[in-house]
Amino acid sequence: MDRAAGDPMLTMTGVHTFYGAIEALKGIDLTVATGEIVTLIGANGAGKSTLLMTLCGAPQARYGRIVFEGEDITRLPTCQIVRRGIAQSPEGRRIFPRMTVLENLQLGAITAPASYAEELERVFLLFPRLKERSAQRGGTLSGGEQQMLAIGRALMSRPRLLLLDEPSLGLAPLVIRQIFQVIRDINRDHGMTVFMVEQNAHRALRLAHRAYVMVNGLITLTGTGAGLLANPEVRAAYLEGGH
Amino acid sequence: MNPTTAVTATSRVQTLDWSAALKDAGLAGLVALLLTLPLVGLRTIEVQSRLTVEPHLAEVALTALLVFLGRLGLTLAAAGLARPVLAAATLALAAGWVLPFPTEALRVLMVIGALVVALRALWALHRRHDRLSQQERDRRMDHLGARFQDATRLIGPAAVMLAVALPFLPFADRATLDLGILLLTYIMLGWGLNIVVGLAGLLDLGYVAFYAVGAYSYALLAQTFGFSFWLCLPLAGLLASFAGVMLGFPVLRLRGDYFAIVTLGFGEIVRIILLNWANFTGGPNGIAGIPRPSFFGIADFTAAPEPGRLAFHQLFGLQYTPLHRIIFLYYLILALALLVNLFTLRIRRLPLGRAWEALREDDIACTALGINRTTIKLAAFAIAAMFGGIAGSFFATRQGFISPESFSFIESAIILAIVVLGGMGSQIGVVIATLLVIGLPEVFRDLAQYRMLTFGAGMVLIMLWRPRGLLAHREPTLLLHPRQSAFRRQAEAGGRP
Ligand SMILES: Nc1ncnc2c1ncn2[C@@H]1O[C@H](COP(=O)(O)OP(=O)(O)O)[C@@H](O)[C@H]1O
Ligand SMILES: [Mg+2]
Repeated sequence: MDRAAGDPMLTMTGVHTFYGAIEALKGIDLTVATGEIVTLIGANGAGKSTLLMTLCGAPQARYGRIVFEGEDITRLPTCQIVRRGIAQSPEGRRIFPRMTVLENLQLGAITAPASYAEELERVFLLFPRLKERSAQRGGTLSGGEQQMLAIGRALMSRPRLLLLDEPSLGLAPLVIRQIFQVIRDINRDHGMTVFMVEQNAHRALRLAHRAYVMVNGLITLTGTGAGLLANPEVRAAYLEGGH
Repeated sequence: MNPTTAVTATSRVQTLDWSAALKDAGLAGLVALLLTLPLVGLRTIEVQSRLTVEPHLAEVALTALLVFLGRLGLTLAAAGLARPVLAAATLALAAGWVLPFPTEALRVLMVIGALVVALRALWALHRRHDRLSQQERDRRMDHLGARFQDATRLIGPAAVMLAVALPFLPFADRATLDLGILLLTYIMLGWGLNIVVGLAGLLDLGYVAFYAVGAYSYALLAQTFGFSFWLCLPLAGLLASFAGVMLGFPVLRLRGDYFAIVTLGFGEIVRIILLNWANFTGGPNGIAGIPRPSFFGIADFTAAPEPGRLAFHQLFGLQYTPLHRIIFLYYLILALALLVNLFTLRIRRLPLGRAWEALREDDIACTALGINRTTIKLAAFAIAAMFGGIAGSFFATRQGFISPESFSFIESAIILAIVVLGGMGSQIGVVIATLLVIGLPEVFRDLAQYRMLTFGAGMVLIMLWRPRGLLAHREPTLLLHPRQSAFRRQAEAGGRP
């Protein structure tokens, strides 16, 4: 079943997530439409990573509903959610340091039952650098290469929704530009829907079609990327002193 | 050596103040002179029932000289001249052994002094080595490891061939074969535990529990129902694996230390049950008279077979010797151990094995990738337990007698030591570590009182020198361009811009 661009792909309604007694998400409502790049910006500790992990079911939402492509996935285990077509490049990249680039990529395809040769080719096309380094161990890659690998690994499960947690974290400006270029390409050329968490608000807002601002476990603002970029509140909180 | 360490080393040599070092050593020599002169230099002896003072000035001078040199050596070693000092001290050590000395005390002084200086120099060298960043050191070690890994392509098959040929080598007597069986049992256990600890990265301190379950399963099944060894072997594996799942189910959600502690407790619980459930397990008396394995059910290893049964030597028309059974047991454990090895080598290339390794590397990443951690941990636990159980039933049939004493915590600790020392996840590392941990103490049985001491010292040394184990280099299981040597790959990978 093909979905037209613009249909809601992912909807969160009233999602609360807890770590023990600590409420990290306090009632999140948001949607991501097919074909969009949506970004979520917010200060450290706002709960952005928690939101992405909740989408993947680890930890699971205590209240609320998460619907992906018309199916309620709130209570599904992570492996099932990944099979449904959601993949994540987690915060801090978290590639497997002692495994080679190729093995890392293969692990991305571990939930996909079929052969992964096609995906591998696609990832190598997006990141020729990874092909050159395919026998190198993940831990010895540069930061930018590691980020490419993390994105490539997420793409290996053939997702329709790609979740990226701070892809620019700790990277040099030039490398960030490369990574963001690739994200744009994946979205435009491959029709991949991207939901991206960023602290680098300036770049993220320029890239994204739409954006959400998160404060303390709640969404406080939403709008188009360009709209938020012009918003004085956003400028004051996230852009001043930045790039 | 990277540039910064080179700079610090040379600058430290430059700051070495020779006159200060000489003055310091001279002072030490002077103190030695003053102290030894009255004590050693002037000795009162009885000559024809009259007390006289006899001068021993040569000894005093020698003592002062030795102290001077020793002190100088220590200073220089600390000041960056460790290498020449080490050479000189070693020479002095050798010289102390052979040179004629006026008194034995002087010889001891020289030898011990030289030893101390040599150790000090070694320590300085080691410290300088330490100053390389951990990363740099790991890289070098991995480089070595990769080179070694290439060699293991030959070493592995060669070792297997040697192991196969061993019973027919001229020096292979009963003791050698027994040692071989002992080593292979631990190698099998090490390879089994390696699945949980080395591949899946779960610290299991109670592996011996599964060994015990296997051993008792065999003993009880064989004695109660008269099942043959060949039927009991898989059954024991199954039961142990069942025990693994039983333990795994509740505890696999625990992390790290908690997990380790619970497995440790499990190991002890199993032992205590065996000890106290006397009418089932025989309690502290254990179980004796466990049936020996037959030659695949065809023939028995006895001099005089029961009526209607065939003896092994009759089957092959050989002269009877009790060695036949030992050789058979040897080949049995060799085959079982190799089975575990082949299984591990194979599974590492399959999704399950790769998921284990991913779990060891980063379990949050595993979650994000949708790997079901509980299932794969449980699989690792069950499979390792099965191999432990099979090894256990082999142990029971070989010993003919088992008791809870054989399954104490120290066994778990030894098996774990083998895995950790070998370099978690390295198959050949387990073999080398077994030779070191089990083989060496067996060979040096005469030095019994030092065995545990050297065992401990060896462990400490290895952990200092290679905290990640002897062979921590991990061989990739998947390559775009296969048949390239690990060393070359390393070299290319290391040469990135
Ligand atoms: N595993 C955890 N256990 C307990 N609290 C957590 C955990 N992870 C995050 N938190 C808390 O949840 C809040 C949101 O964290 P996070 O989602 O990482 O924020 P962000 O990604 O926006 O920086 C923080 O207060 C953090 O301390
Ligand atoms: Mg975060």
